[in-house]
Amino acid sequence: MNVVVCVKQIPDPADPGALDPNTKTLKRDVKLILDESDSYGVEMALQLVDTAGGGEVTLVSMAPNSEVGGLRTALAMGAAKAVLVSDEALAGSDALGTAKVLAKAIGRAGDADLIITATESSDGYTGVVPEQIAELLGLPSITFAKSIAVDGGTVKVQRQTEAGYDDVEAPTPAVVSVTAGVVEPRYPSFKGIMAAKSKPVDEVKVADLGLDASQVGWAGAGQDIIEISQAEAREAGDIVEDDGEGFQKIVDFLAELKVI
Amino acid sequence: MTVSKIWVFAEAIDGKVTTTTLEILAKAGELADTVECVTTAGADVAAELGAHGASKVLTVGGTDGTLAGPIVAGAIAAAVAAGTGPDAILIATSYEGRDVAGRLSVKLDAPVITNVVDLVERDGGLAGVEPVFGGTTDVVTKFTTDKVNIFLVRPKSFAAAEAPTGAAAATEELAAGDIGATGTAVVTNRFVEEKTGPSLDEAAVVVSGGRGLGEQANYELVETLAKLLGAAPGASRAIVDAGWVPYSYQVGQTGKVVKPTVYIAAGISGATQHLVGMKGSKNIIAINKDAEAPIFSVADLGIVGDVHKVLPALIEALQNR
Repeated sequence: MNVVVCVKQIPDPADPGALDPNTKTLKRDVKLILDESDSYGVEMALQLVDTAGGGEVTLVSMAPNSEVGGLRTALAMGAAKAVLVSDEALAGSDALGTAKVLAKAIGRAGDADLIITATESSDGYTGVVPEQIAELLGLPSITFAKSIAVDGGTVKVQRQTEAGYDDVEAPTPAVVSVTAGVVEPRYPSFKGIMAAKSKPVDEVKVADLGLDASQVGWAGAGQDIIEISQAEAREAGDIVEDDGEGFQKIVDFLAELKVI
Repeated sequence: MTVSKIWVFAEAIDGKVTTTTLEILAKAGELADTVECVTTAGADVAAELGAHGASKVLTVGGTDGTLAGPIVAGAIAAAVAAGTGPDAILIATSYEGRDVAGRLSVKLDAPVITNVVDLVERDGGLAGVEPVFGGTTDVVTKFTTDKVNIFLVRPKSFAAAEAPTGAAAATEELAAGDIGATGTAVVTNRFVEEKTGPSLDEAAVVVSGGRGLGEQANYELVETLAKLLGAAPGASRAIVDAGWVPYSYQVGQTGKVVKPTVYIAAGISGATQHLVGMKGSKNIIAINKDAEAPIFSVADLGIVGDVHKVLPALIEALQNR
């Protein structure tokens, strides 16, 4: 069974983000790491290939500056190879432009039974790219998967809902997006980290994918940021050290607010 | 008005229109001459949607037992192609809503503006306001194409009409056309989690826990406190990622936005990702042992102390009242 996992390489969320004042895009010239949201998808893919007794996990990523840091992490976990799309023309890409690129790159990755993504990235969180990829590829999709199993030519998913979860199935190939925390991503072993250094990364540009620069990047985004402003800040109130009676202050506050 | 016609993707749970749909409907009425709804919930919701300002309800059939996103997107795209579509379509950031928006975006080759918390008029058209960097910065984005404007709107961005007075909406069927393999996902079973107490989105009081609780077993303190206060339990992304509680508990940028009367944050540092999900709460109480924790910059009452001491004492005091 072959699984393609779309992964995003993002600035470390622990570091504060910044907008480039000239282009109004997120600054991405810092070291990029594997988006934690994608570690669950990579783990699920590895488990599915394991269960199937054969096949491989291929990563697909769109990143600036030929960045491979995050890819090497996922390769170290056990993915076999990667397709990386890196091109200056991609700067400023919106969700749709990104989906077009990833859909083409998935085509390059070879036949896939399943295409796995996160539900949204940690830094962009538009949450629409998985569906856009599925539509571009003409495939069914199941989002917010808590668990995935593949039985013959059918993918069976427990899909999170407002009320609980649904059992959903679709014929493969299909796109499935996974929610966080549903599996424990494995730590790459030292052997895995060493092996990852020589696993193939097929690096391509927009033109190699048969896309036009006008469909991606700023040109293709079809939207303009017209204003950036400071949001209203909220002021802090009464902050006290707990002297053992801190809980009482909370009780009093709740009583004042008529919650109790 | 700013635009001629807006469509709102109206969702219902067990025949009742969702609060977010009504919030968005109210806003749409301020922006467009004509407001219509697209729904899979059938003609049953025409009265309620009409009361809240929809002049027509376009029903999409054939979605029972399927994931409706591709079918709804197909129906909307067909209407746009036939020239009967809207200037803009507003969709809630829900499970189904994201599916519809993503699929429609490709069918129309039109971008989506997401995470909208406000809609404003700019240069004779609509623009979406989106909070970034933990909600410290607002970004206003406008479409530059002449395609249908697709906006994904966050819950609690607007207020639903308090005393809706509109007449029942007329209904009309919207046909989806052939969507091929994209419509082949089927729902084989539905499981409803037994939930006692209010849902996170609607609760007047929310008690949330974070990594400061130390270990999964300690989340029980949050659950106990929530029960005592008739509150909904919530969580920071850190403990959802750690598998302590399900994603449906997550409050934050990539989780739910909540605006309760009281938000109690226990053992939560207040990373910007979390703040953006709760800093609209009327009153915020925070307990954290780190005096420098960012959560204290938004708390109305902050206790710098050990959650393992403060929570049990608080619970006991409440039980004894």
